[in-house]
Amino acid sequence: MSEPLLDLRDVTVQFGGLKAVSGFNFSIHHHELAGLIGPNGAGKTTIFNLITGVYRPTSGSIRFEGKSIAGKKPYLITKRGIARTFQNIRLFDSMSVFDNVRAAFNMHLRHGIAHALWRGRGLAAEEARIEEQAGELLDIFHLGEVRDASCASLPYGGQRRLEIVRALATRPKLILLDEPAAGMNPTEKTELMDLIRFVQEKFDIAVLLVEHDMRVVMGICERIAVVDYGVKIAEGPASEIRCNQAVIRAYLGVDDGGSAT
Amino acid sequence: MFERSKAILLIAIAGIFAVSRFSSHIGPYYYDIILSIGINIILAVSLNLVNGYTGQFSLGHAGFMSVGAYAAASFTTYAAGPFLRVLAPLGPFASVTIFFGLALSIGGLAAGIAGLLVGIPSLRLKGDYLAIVTLGFGEIIKVVIENVDALGGARGFSVASGYTNLFWVYAMAAVTIYIVLNLVNSTYGHGFLTVRDDEIAAEAVGINTTKFKVLAFTLAAFFAGIAGGLYAHFKQYINPEGFNFLKSVDIVTMVILGGMGSTTGVVIAAILLTILPEWLRWLSERPYLPHWLGALLENRMIPYSLLLILLMLTRPQGLFGGAGPKPKKA
Repeated sequence: MSEPLLDLRDVTVQFGGLKAVSGFNFSIHHHELAGLIGPNGAGKTTIFNLITGVYRPTSGSIRFEGKSIAGKKPYLITKRGIARTFQNIRLFDSMSVFDNVRAAFNMHLRHGIAHALWRGRGLAAEEARIEEQAGELLDIFHLGEVRDASCASLPYGGQRRLEIVRALATRPKLILLDEPAAGMNPTEKTELMDLIRFVQEKFDIAVLLVEHDMRVVMGICERIAVVDYGVKIAEGPASEIRCNQAVIRAYLGVDDGGSAT
Repeated sequence: MFERSKAILLIAIAGIFAVSRFSSHIGPYYYDIILSIGINIILAVSLNLVNGYTGQFSLGHAGFMSVGAYAAASFTTYAAGPFLRVLAPLGPFASVTIFFGLALSIGGLAAGIAGLLVGIPSLRLKGDYLAIVTLGFGEIIKVVIENVDALGGARGFSVASGYTNLFWVYAMAAVTIYIVLNLVNSTYGHGFLTVRDDEIAAEAVGINTTKFKVLAFTLAAFFAGIAGGLYAHFKQYINPEGFNFLKSVDIVTMVILGGMGSTTGVVIAAILLTILPEWLRWLSERPYLPHWLGALLENRMIPYSLLLILLMLTRPQGLFGGAGPKPKKA
């Protein structure tokens, strides 16, 4: 098997006396669509925050393309090629739809501040190129018609999509989606599933999905890891996870000999 | 390869030059106000980069202005002899232009370096905490200058050469506006706006938020330094008390009134708020006003604060602030 794209080994993070994540092992390969599920407070978002550099692991290693990224600043991790979306949508509220995407091209700029100050030679060409690429991305996700609208005016599903477009504009190799289906109705969820598969295919990237909605996760993820109380209790394809006793116990609570959960 | 925006800047500067030829026809009182307006435009537009576009809160702009004022003034005072002698063969006009341009650059650079030094440690702080640190910086600068004899200490510093004129002030204001607008309209400069809107999301799209904050701070300080240099060679007398906390508040008021993150609004606010105290003074001297009302109007701080309260109640985003940052959900 080839070297994984992202490799978490024995990752533990402790907040005071609380072990939020403990001895977590997980890896994602190129072009893989993996899911991370677990009951509320299981540590899913904490794992996300560990990967994206918001938290530093107390112990263990996080490697991306073979290089350690544990505890690196979030923007540096994005530069390495990991983009993310947020559970509670975080767009740049004062900007238009287009400018939200344009801002994400910032780190790929060849021309620095001196060009921006004086509108130096080559700036116009680069700005035109960015405009074209951002426009293309928006068109792919059917946001082209509303590119000049304020992003806050988009409907909920549109804002979710825009957040994904913005993440893709950083040209990631791995995209982390934090509960993208939250607050969506069944139709929107079906569209979202198609969208995620489309993103994976079209941009040839790996996707890690944190999700509550079983239908979404089971429907699209090739491999699913289940966490509970910061510990991975199961990992495998959807069919296996669905009938795994430990998972059922974690989600539904099973009365085993009087000690109900 | 000649862009429209560059052409506009050059036309503006040429226009300013043409108008400045007739500045001798303007009475000294009005000339004084016109120059003050220009200097305040530079200060407010540059502070807007920090307080408006980047969403930080600096209360130390007058401090950076004083660094620039003293740096430029000491340069023209102590280095005039050798420099003007070297430049003399170019003729009086060219030599003074180059010499004063150099002095302003030195003022700007000194203030920019001060901005960098203050910005790096203090921009880890947010909101009120940052405001307090920048306020403290302004006071420190003041106290330091008050105790340096070579700079005149608390007595102030007399500047022999009044190089500043209408052309210099408004050319610099045009350049400031040009640069700030270029910056915030570019993809690069959108980094500032992302920091204001959502720092976590900004980092998530690969933007080094600390870098952009320090950059905004340094650039704003640079232009404040230039404004300081212009001010010093305009009033020909500077003293530390002139760059106190109240001066910083004046500039912040212009930014808030104009609308954070709107350069047009801030320029208009700078004009209005420079004229307002003069107009109030004129109004307070009207004989038909009752004495107490005149006294009230004469103290500009009272109408100022009333104006601000009124504005915050009716238009919290400022006169021209359109899409300002909304209060963030946690």
